[in-house]
Amino acid sequence: MSDAHAGDVNRRDFLYLATGAAGVVAVGGIAWPLVSQLAPNAREVAGGAPIEIDISAIEAGQVITVTWRGSKYFVYHLTEEEKAAAEKQEQSHFRDFVAADSRISGPEGGEAVWSIYAANCTHLGCIPTEVKGGGDTWNCPCHGSKFDVTGRVTKGPAPVNLPQPPMVFASAEKLIIGTDKVGA
Amino acid sequence: MSGHSTYHPTSGFGKFMDDRLPIARLVHDSFVSFPVPRNLNNFYTFGGILMVMLVSQIITGVVIAMHFTPDASMAFDSVHLLRRDVEYGHTLQSWHAVGASMFFIAVYIHIFRSLYYGSYKAPREILWILGVVIYLLMMATAFMGYVLPWGQMSYWGAQVITNFFSAIPLVGDTVREFLLGGYAVGNATLNRFFSLHYLLPFMITGVVILHVWTLHVTGQTNPTGVEVKSKQDVIPFTPYATIKDAFAMVVFMIIMCYFVFYMPDYLGHADNYIPANSNVTPAHIVPEWYFLPFYAVLRAIDFNIGIPFTDIVLIDSKLGGVLAMFGAIAVLFFVPWLDTSDVRSANYRPMYKIFFWIFAINAVFLGYLGSRPAEGIWIPLMKASTLWYFFHFIVIMPLLGWFEKPLPRPASITDAVLAKNGGASIAQIEGTAAEPQAKG
Amino acid sequence: MTAKKERKMKMVFTKFAAKISAVVIASTLAIASSSVGARAAEDGGTPHYPLKKPLEQKWSFSGPFGHFDKAQLQRGLKVYTDNCSSCHSLNLLSYRNLSALGYNEQQIKNYAAEKEVTDGPNEDGEMFDRPAKSTDRFVGPFANDEEAKASNNGALPPDMSLLAKARAPERGFPTFIFDIFTMYTENGPDYIYTLLTGYQDAPDSVVVQDGLHYNPYFVSGNALAMSPPLIDDEFEYDDGTPGTIDQQAKDISAFLAWAADPKLDQRKERGFIVILFLLIFAGLLYFTKKKIWSDVAH
Repeated sequence: MSDAHAGDVNRRDFLYLATGAAGVVAVGGIAWPLVSQLAPNAREVAGGAPIEIDISAIEAGQVITVTWRGSKYFVYHLTEEEKAAAEKQEQSHFRDFVAADSRISGPEGGEAVWSIYAANCTHLGCIPTEVKGGGDTWNCPCHGSKFDVTGRVTKGPAPVNLPQPPMVFASAEKLIIGTDKVGA
Repeated sequence: MSGHSTYHPTSGFGKFMDDRLPIARLVHDSFVSFPVPRNLNNFYTFGGILMVMLVSQIITGVVIAMHFTPDASMAFDSVHLLRRDVEYGHTLQSWHAVGASMFFIAVYIHIFRSLYYGSYKAPREILWILGVVIYLLMMATAFMGYVLPWGQMSYWGAQVITNFFSAIPLVGDTVREFLLGGYAVGNATLNRFFSLHYLLPFMITGVVILHVWTLHVTGQTNPTGVEVKSKQDVIPFTPYATIKDAFAMVVFMIIMCYFVFYMPDYLGHADNYIPANSNVTPAHIVPEWYFLPFYAVLRAIDFNIGIPFTDIVLIDSKLGGVLAMFGAIAVLFFVPWLDTSDVRSANYRPMYKIFFWIFAINAVFLGYLGSRPAEGIWIPLMKASTLWYFFHFIVIMPLLGWFEKPLPRPASITDAVLAKNGGASIAQIEGTAAEPQAKG
Repeated sequence: MTAKKERKMKMVFTKFAAKISAVVIASTLAIASSSVGARAAEDGGTPHYPLKKPLEQKWSFSGPFGHFDKAQLQRGLKVYTDNCSSCHSLNLLSYRNLSALGYNEQQIKNYAAEKEVTDGPNEDGEMFDRPAKSTDRFVGPFANDEEAKASNNGALPPDMSLLAKARAPERGFPTFIFDIFTMYTENGPDYIYTLLTGYQDAPDSVVVQDGLHYNPYFVSGNALAMSPPLIDDEFEYDDGTPGTIDQQAKDISAFLAWAADPKLDQRKERGFIVILFLLIFAGLLYFTKKKIWSDVAH
């Protein structure tokens, strides 16, 4: 085979490769918008801005449910007894142990008696119901998972604790869910 | 033409599948080894372009349907929410809307190509008829799609077009109420049009499969109109037709993108940016451009047809207009038999060639007339133009077969190619030697 | 049929065809060249509006590389807020969209808070008013169309969100063909600008209905219910631009063009990239095709 012929073949191969590559780019360029449009739209995103909650009216022992980005969150005002019981509880009692105080917080200079966590079970997303009177506080109606007063899982099938949203106490009365920075 | 299959599975899995579900064989026979005439010009790429347009419309349609709310009070807003707030929503919505227009541009070129090269003649009558069925389904789909954004033109377009059916004697009003799901265009209409707009493209896909099937039975025509006679006349679909179609498709896409990104509203109508209002009819109501010729035919009939010298009306102007309009489409079904000439290609039919171009110009002019108000000079022009439309099919086409003296045709496709290329050697025809600069 | 007879028939036939096509083409040209003539012929028929075509202006957002001028849009927002918003709504826009004009979150929050929206019901089952938030849609001047009509002598001030797209006087033949190549899509803003600056005294021959204002540029009549809305030097813009009627009209038109097509900048940028890529792709395909077909005469 002469050199000239070999050069010709190389040039042809390059052309085919370049065309094929451009074809791949084209397919990618078509797929990109088709996938991107699945993302939450701008209105949804704007609607997902942090929410402010007035916590001054929530009595000790009371829990309220709030909605942020379409999902529910429990805002639990612990009583002294509940807090003490949660801190005393054995490590072996939990499936995904963390110290109770990592799940209890409060406004600067105020009492740390607030526990705030997602209301959807970490198994498959049902909302646990509150069980009054001793033992575990939350009982998931779907598959029987149980959580304590700070949202820590004590019984499966839920594998992990109820997650805590980003949040911050703006003042003694105002809780912000959705961000951990005041004024953001 | 389809001949016996040349597919030979090489892998074990290929053989396993070939004995059970020979889909690879089907693809191979239809889009790889399928023989196509070697002399096809670029007008023959529009079939492929149309397939891509159909898929593109279905994909973008499915995607934007995810953001659409088929409710009279929310439809308009949901379309604009899509355009404003959804990632790539503006592009996708424009792509779908402009895509409808581009689909029709392609289909019109495809139809006129068939008319020019006589692609409807035996043995391709069914191929042609299936094509007209696809065209009809496309019109229905496009119309119902245009109603969905629920703007002023959507609403009044639905009002006018569903009124076609009220022209049917005796049962017309009932038929219209059944179409609308109410006594007037309203929420029920929007809901069912959305449902049907989603359904029809899949019916089109079904007929397209039949259309392609018949094509693969009869084989393609070609600019000479002479049937394929030998192996020399044809080349395998892949890579030759594939690469040619791909190039044409990308050029077509460039034109489409120009509209999608730079002039997304050019092919639409400004009034559709006003939300539907049942109290106010837009001053100048016109359908989408691709329906304009038929709209002109509809409006050309502004007179009752009755028994002369009596007051007896057989067909009133409303029914007459609707009949003429549907007739303008229906006449296409009979084209294979209206054309009595046994020569296919207009290249060898000197008179038909002239009449073809007159017809084409008249069709475009009819479209322009469709966009004009029905008043003054436009009315007689609409009538004349409409008359010529039917005259072409019903009188000229059959008569030409007798009067016209066709030019001598080449004995075969290969002969035609040889004659065209002059110096081309038979070696090139047989594909044994290759000079890169021989012919582009 | 003898050959002679056949030839004769053929001649007659061809002549006939040629005649008809000549008539069609000639009449097409005649009509095309004088839409004015056609209009004159329609005396007593439906008159056609606008009486005068919009005057074409220079816009920063025209052409393939066009983009909105944020300073102009901010001025336009001021015109809207101070002037138009007392009658016209802007339903499709949310306050958060103003970030595209270069405002920060706090500015948007303050702007929105000037308006009140009805929210609720609260725990007591009552609706209550609260300041608008950036996620709210623009609050319109009227509760509903009927109230709008009642406050405006029966005329409904149209919503302005899509006005720059919804008002497009016909371009006519053959201009509409040239428009494809000049990429002319600014019909709407041109119309709004021309309408706002086009109020004038009616000619003696025209009787203007009470409560209407003569304007030959109005798209659906010779007079409209809106009185001339802009006042010369009514205010000075924050950026020091003098608030002439001409300036205000330009700015509000640009603002409405943005309101109707907020993704314009993005779409033109995308278009440039996509078309550039497709041109390269087409070039590659062309040479590949040439290569593949090089061993086949066709």
